Parts: sequence; C-alpha cells; structure tokens
Amino acid sequence: MIDLHGFGAQLLAGTIVTLQLTLAALILGLILGLLGATAKLSQTTPFRWLGDGYSTLVRGLPEFLVVLSFYFGASQALMAVASKFGYREYIDVSAFAAGTAALGFIFGAYASELFRGSIIAIPKGQAEAARALGMSTRQTFLRITLPQVWRIALPGLGNLFMILMKDTALVSVVGLEELMRVTAFAVGRTKEPFTFYLAAAVIYLILTSIASYGLRRLEKRASLGIRELAS
Amino acid sequence: MNGQAILDMLPLLAEGALLTLQLVFLSAFVGLCLAVPMAIARVSKNPWVSLWPRLYVFFFRGTPLLVQLFLVYYGLGQFEAVRESLVWPVLRDAYWCAAITFSLHTAGYITEILRGAIQTVPTGEIEAARAIGMNPSQIYKSILLPRAFRIALPAYGNELILMLKASALASTITLLDITGMARTVYAKNYLPVETFVTAGAFYLVITYVLTHLIRFLEKHLHPDRKEPVVIIG
Repeated sequence: MIDLHGFGAQLLAGTIVTLQLTLAALILGLILGLLGATAKLSQTTPFRWLGDGYSTLVRGLPEFLVVLSFYFGASQALMAVASKFGYREYIDVSAFAAGTAALGFIFGAYASELFRGSIIAIPKGQAEAARALGMSTRQTFLRITLPQVWRIALPGLGNLFMILMKDTALVSVVGLEELMRVTAFAVGRTKEPFTFYLAAAVIYLILTSIASYGLRRLEKRASLGIRELAS
Repeated sequence: MNGQAILDMLPLLAEGALLTLQLVFLSAFVGLCLAVPMAIARVSKNPWVSLWPRLYVFFFRGTPLLVQLFLVYYGLGQFEAVRESLVWPVLRDAYWCAAITFSLHTAGYITEILRGAIQTVPTGEIEAARAIGMNPSQIYKSILLPRAFRIALPAYGNELILMLKASALASTITLLDITGMARTVYAKNYLPVETFVTAGAFYLVITYVLTHLIRFLEKHLHPDRKEPVVIIG
C-alpha cells in the first residue's frame, strides 16, 4: 500500500469537502436547469432568448474560466451592488460559495438542455388529459410532467453528475481546501508528488465508481414498469 | 466597462489563443492515433486483450484532468530514474507535459467514441466483406475503420470542443494559453469582468469556428446525405 505519511485523515477531510461541494452545486444546478428549461419552453420570447443564451454561452466556455470569473468577479459585483446601498467595506466571497455558484451555473446550463429535451419527449396528450381532468398548469407540471422528466433525464443527469464531481477539482485553484488542495499541501510537505497525486486519483476513481453504480441503481428504479427496448 | 483595458489585452490573448489551438490540435491528433489501436483492442472478443483499454479508459475518464496533469508535471519528477533519463528535458517542460497529458486524456474518450462507432457498423456489411473473402485486417482497413470514422465524426467534434475547454487547465502549470494570459492580465489590472469576459469571447469564437469546421467535414464525408433534388413536374 502507498505510505501517506500520516496525511490520510487530511485527505479524507478534503474528500468530504469535495462531496459537500458536489452536492451543493448539484442542488443549485438542478434548480437552474429546471428554470432554464422552463424559460426555453416559455411562450414569452425574451424568456426563450434568456434560456437559450444561457446554455449556449456557458457551454462554449471553459469550466475553469467560469470558476475563475465567479471567484474574482463575485466580490467585485457584490461590492458594486452593496455600494449602491451605502456599504463600502470589502466583501470577501468564500471559495466554497464561489465554487458552488460557478459549478452549479455550469451544471444548470447543460441540465436545462437535458430537461428541455425530456419535457418535449413526454407525449402532449398526457398534459392535455390532465387539463381535461381539471388539473391546473402547476399541478400538471408537478404530478404528470416532472416525475417523467426525472426518468427520461436521469441517464444524462448521471453523466453531468460525474463531470461535476471531477470539475470540483478546479475549485482547488481558487483556494478551497478540498481533495486536490489538501493533496497539494501534502505534496509540499513530503516532496512526494507522484504518491499523493496518485492517491488523489484513486480517491476520485472510488468516488466516480460509487456514483456510477448508484446511478445505475437509480435508473433501474426510475424505470420500473417501463419495458426495455429489445437490443 | 473599461474599453482601453480590453484593447490593451487583445494582443496578449491572441497570443494565448495560438498556444491553446496548438495544444488542442496536437492532443486531438495524437489522441486519435492512440485511440485507434485501443478501440480495436477494446472490441476484441479476447477478455485479456480488451481488459487493458478498459482499464485505461476507466482511469482517464474517472479522474479529473487536473489530477492527471499534476501527476505528469509534478509527479514524474519524484523518481530518480525519470530525472536522470533522456526524456527528462521533455518532461520538465510544462508545454510538453500539457501536450502529453491532454493527448492521453482525450485518447481515453476517443477510444470509447470509436468503440461505439465500430460496434454500430451494420453486421451485414462485415458479413458481406467476409463473404467476398476479405481477411480480418482487410475488413478493418477498408470496411470497419472508414465506416467507423464517419460515424464517429460528430462525437469526435464534440470531444474536440471539450478538449478546447479543458485546455484552460494548462494555465495551472504556468502555461500562457488564453486563460493563463487572462490570469496574468487580471493580476495587473484587477478588472475581473473585462478580463474574463474578453477571454471568454475568445473561447466562444474558437468554439463557433470549430463547430462549423466539423459540420463542413461531416457534409463533405457524407455526400450520400445531400438533400435530394426535387423535380417538380
């Protein structure tokens, strides 16, 4: 086994921060994705522009650049807003908050395309039937559309989740004490870069393997009662 | 918005764009060359042959690119044997470390793309090739691979775009690509909005050009998919 020179506990702590960041960004991303998909399918043209612009723009930008812009741009933007209200102190945005916002923003852009596709994939007759039964638009969305969107979008969301998990490493560059940062710290102390980066790689591999196993289980569960296509 | 600051950084970012494009095309080409034999091994019926590309893909798709980059750039220097070998001048150079890591990384993804494409080639075509007496290497050379490349082209284009975006990580090992340039410019002018938005615009333009390039290639390679001529009589 690899000798970690007593840095095992720190690596574990870093892994936990990585997981926290992943979950926080996931939640934000899912919300932004649903909002984006709603905007894309909206009857109002400016909303459609906004939704399309959001995903087109973000999907063309490097994730790393988005993380950097959020981290360095957020405090300036917040201070500009705060100064309007007479607050002139320096506002420091934590790396965790900026990282969550940036990764959630990216996840949302991809998820909005996915959700849009899934919503369209649901036969129109179902929504019409719900209407005919007297359900409101909101009820139709929550009871008929959303549960099915979940099933259709799940494989795609799974891929996005794995990408998100690996993208959390980018936030280490702006100083969040997650797995990569802790590893770099251990490297600085022990002068054994290969050992520690390999250890980090193994931890990421374990995380992504667990995630992919869990996602397969979830997909099976979400598709209960759906006939599988003959392959 | 500070217009003058943006004008000042344009030449620097353009210089960075050159490095970004170099890295992307180099790694996309080397990655493809590595991926072809791996994809062929991956579809092999012999489990001992398909195991190796499987493990390779598992590692490169399951870990962040940043870890892979640091493993090559910082990690390899840990070993005396590497530091005293002939390849050390190459491995000490951030540019080559980035090029090597990106190539290996994208090769993992392209292997999976090609595997999917090879498996999509209709069985009938392979049976037909066998029926007229082609041997396996002939089938690969003149039926399977040409077909697979055409099938894989859109996915390869996507991978090219993903690689373009991933190449921003080169700036973490001191390289001055678009992102690297943006970071140095920001360190001097402290204008995050102007700097990063301009850098983002560079990426968007490159993405736009690349997508259209791929689309053009796709059309070129699929003359059979041209719109049929409609004769109104």
